[in-house]
Amino acid sequence: MKDVRIWDGPSSPRPGTEPELTRRSFLRTGAAAMGGMAALAAALSPLRELASDEVPSLGQFLQKHYKEMTPAEMEQALERIRAKVEARYAVRPHLRDVKPMEGVEFVYALNLSRCIGCRKCVHACVAENNQSRSPEVQYIRVIEMPRGTLDVEKGNHHYDRPMVPDADHFYMPVQCHQCANPPCVKVCPVEATWQEPDGITVIDYDWCIGCRYCEAACPYWARRFNFAKPNLPKDQLNPNMSYLSNRPREKGVMEKCHFCLHRTREGRMPACVEICPTGARKFGNVLDPKSEVSEILKTKRVFVLKEEVGTLPRFFYYFDERYPNTLDPEALAIADRLRAEEGDAYGCLPGATGPRKDFVAAATPAWWNGDHA
Amino acid sequence: MKNYLTFLLRCFRLSFVGDHRYYAWMFLLTVFVLLGINAYCKQLVHGLATTGMTDQVSWGFYIANFTFLVGMAAAAVMLVIPVYIYRNRELHDLVIFGELFAVAAIIMAMLFVTVDLGRPERFHHLLLRFNFPISMLTWDILVLNGYLFLNLHICGYLVYCAYMRRSPSKVFYIPFVFVAIAWAISIHTVTAFLYSGLGGRPFWNSAVVAPRFLASAFAAGPAFLILTLSALKRCTTYEVPAKAFMTLRNTVAVALSISMFLLGCEVFTEFYTDSAHVASARYLFLGLHGRSALVPWIWTAIALNSLAMVLLYLPISRRLPVLQAACAMLIVGIWIEKGMGMIVPAFIPTPLGEIVEYLPTLNETLVTTGIWAAGLLIYTILVRVTVPVLAGRLTYDQTFAAAAERAAPPTGTGTHAERVP
Repeated sequence: MKDVRIWDGPSSPRPGTEPELTRRSFLRTGAAAMGGMAALAAALSPLRELASDEVPSLGQFLQKHYKEMTPAEMEQALERIRAKVEARYAVRPHLRDVKPMEGVEFVYALNLSRCIGCRKCVHACVAENNQSRSPEVQYIRVIEMPRGTLDVEKGNHHYDRPMVPDADHFYMPVQCHQCANPPCVKVCPVEATWQEPDGITVIDYDWCIGCRYCEAACPYWARRFNFAKPNLPKDQLNPNMSYLSNRPREKGVMEKCHFCLHRTREGRMPACVEICPTGARKFGNVLDPKSEVSEILKTKRVFVLKEEVGTLPRFFYYFDERYPNTLDPEALAIADRLRAEEGDAYGCLPGATGPRKDFVAAATPAWWNGDHA
Repeated sequence: MKNYLTFLLRCFRLSFVGDHRYYAWMFLLTVFVLLGINAYCKQLVHGLATTGMTDQVSWGFYIANFTFLVGMAAAAVMLVIPVYIYRNRELHDLVIFGELFAVAAIIMAMLFVTVDLGRPERFHHLLLRFNFPISMLTWDILVLNGYLFLNLHICGYLVYCAYMRRSPSKVFYIPFVFVAIAWAISIHTVTAFLYSGLGGRPFWNSAVVAPRFLASAFAAGPAFLILTLSALKRCTTYEVPAKAFMTLRNTVAVALSISMFLLGCEVFTEFYTDSAHVASARYLFLGLHGRSALVPWIWTAIALNSLAMVLLYLPISRRLPVLQAACAMLIVGIWIEKGMGMIVPAFIPTPLGEIVEYLPTLNETLVTTGIWAAGLLIYTILVRVTVPVLAGRLTYDQTFAAAAERAAPPTGTGTHAERVP
């Protein structure tokens, strides 16, 4: 081994002299330490802005995974959430943990010959599911597609034309397909998302660590992340909520369409189905041979989006064979009536129109956004 | 045990001692670390909206740097293999510097994943519901932590033995060295599988991702070690054997060539097939529907890598300054290719065909530089205490000062600079 020395500079200890503790060196070290502590304190100072209701309480911190909670622990968790919602929105929510029904597997069918692109489903979904209004979070994306293709890359997400539906296009709403082989569930490192017995893929918002791996894995772009604290005006809160569906979310967790399980598990229709003015959207129990969706799967030429990725969606599309080249005339008549009734509001996106990037930016102070918007 | 604590204490004290350049370097790094902490606190308060990420491009700069650094950590093995498999004893001490860098790189990689989390305070959920072996992210957590401990053990044991003036017992480290060789390959393979296993992202869904990752890592990692050894040679009297530079140079040249070849394979398959899958690659290399934010990045990377490769094959790069320049170029080139060029384009267009571009924000960049500064700070300290220990200047039976005197006769003091052999 060679003898080597390193950094024997003027300020390194002289050979033969143990560095002594003199008053000067003591003061110098002390000043450096104080300066360091002050700089660290200054660096940490933004934490003072953290809202008190955003810091998790001990109870929330120790809360178990959804599947591990006993009924009593679940009731405690629900009570904690109720109190939080009441403090934030001044409304006592009707919050419960709605369980799946026996012998039910939900399936969705969408008649593309009847969708007029009015986006009422998007509005109804946002209102029902307490999504953040700013930054905007929406589970349903309606894509305006040119006739003759199913390649979504040719579609337009931000269509904003005076006449919807346009004669040269059809309209394809996309939301969570509740896959039977869901890639999002596979990738989650903490099992914060899973498939329920009735086929709905849910998220435990109190368990998600916000790594967004599921968002990268989803081939349908169905998952949304809360990049900022969700902002929901008090008077727009829907107090009918359940643990795994539409209770208000926190910053930093994922959310997605859950087929309105707080409604559908109690025998009602999802908000998007209920609002659809043309009846393009169909929903029901595929295990019931007499249900409307079972009938559609038997009699219509249904297809799924991106069948090649092997996700086995529970969301089926079909065109009405009676109208190969146009929308259903009945749906067109409904569109005409709505346009006359609603004027400018007809067909618009909730909130601002325009590229989504702006939605996020608008909700947060401008100073950290570089000039790349 | 008492000896070990004294050892740690002495190392700690030693890390505060150095010449003016050492202080300036450490001060600069500390400033960037503090800026990074400040930016991260802002991110904690306001959420990841402080980054340029969106639901469309949901991974960005953080995950890009994470990927690059896992590769840098894996590359330490390229020093280990010549020494332990080909018995190239001259490089023996240098292995420790490679492994110390692996330690720093893994810590940085873990920090990058942590700052990318929306709810970092729920980290313990990983311990309670660990989705193993289904989620590749859990594999990554296991292999990265395993690799960290392997390297800490190997370097820590060897350095402590040098401090105790014992010759290391082979049983305690040779098996770990061989495990670490396989493990190094595994960390980068698993990281590649994180991406290549996603059927919904055609840009990543390619078997060549893992080999590409390994090849580019084995170029960038040893290139970084060349720069480290150059710095050691320049700032200290540590005599780096010239053969070390040449061995590493060959490694870098071959690995970079393989990396460029694999990139070519990927480009051919995408563009010649010209199926719908080519959209992301087209966006990256040529721009798509008038959007082309990444085009200058990737062509800069390709230009830097090509130039570096040519230089590395020419005799001119036997000269250290040229070799350093080539290494710096390819590190930047590979950092871009693997980061902005590998992670971001997979999100553009989205699976629903929407094109939203991504660029990091200032806040995000400050967090990123903060983590890099923290990693370099850790690495500098590790190297700074390891050099005198390996040289026998700092041992258990000497006082701090006596050790200094023993190794550095008074005639030699102060002439720290430019004592290059």
